Amino acid sequence: VKKTVRVRYFAILREQRGLDEETITTVASTAADLYEELRALHRFTLPGNRLRVAINDEFEPWATQVREADVVVFIPPVAGG
Amino acid sequence: MDFEITDYVIDPSFLLAGLRDPGAGACVTFEGRVRNQNDGRSVEALEYQAYAALAEKEGERIIAEARGKFEIIAARCVHRTGRLTLGDIAVWVAVTAAHRSAAFEACRYIIDETKARLPVWKKEHYAGGAAEWVNCATRGPQEDAGGKMK
Repeated sequence: VKKTVRVRYFAILREQRGLDEETITTVASTAADLYEELRALHRFTLPGNRLRVAINDEFEPWATQVREADVVVFIPPVAGG
Repeated sequence: MDFEITDYVIDPSFLLAGLRDPGAGACVTFEGRVRNQNDGRSVEALEYQAYAALAEKEGERIIAEARGKFEIIAARCVHRTGRLTLGDIAVWVAVTAAHRSAAFEACRYIIDETKARLPVWKKEHYAGGAAEWVNCATRGPQEDAGGKMK
């Protein structure tokens, strides 16, 4: 099923994509599928198993279904402090 | 609001004024500052980026956890974004309590969880001009097949 979602990028993903955010149409079913799709398209260096994902400003499991109008953020390994 | 992401310089004396309490026999603070080297490389500046909406939620959760675990009166944590130079405060934590041990333990808990969980990233700018996002290095697509984190 096609859906339109907003993807926001931070840190290394922002640099590799060259954008802060974008609105895309995808047939990806889960958040993991969406990352793999974008990773292949934009040659992101980080594998999914080093990231977390947030949907609509909450951490979610990778198996979460992506729905119309979701805001998805892939979270690279953090380094606060 | 006990937790905050800010683009402004952190001012401990201003923040501490908000934590005055006649029942607080202890106040423990921690300042995380920009250091001049990391992993043997000479660092000149740091650039912090945050996913602020989620970082502030997660930060509030961390402080709520600390309140549940330790007998404290109040806690505050502030994390910077933007470009920082050597000696600048990147993260600041303060905890007040009736007694010192709860204040020390809660402060330690808050800074440790903040570093591990907050969606905040730092880019180190090295002497000579190179720059790198900390913890985000890869050598190739196979390297992380085992899923191990640095």
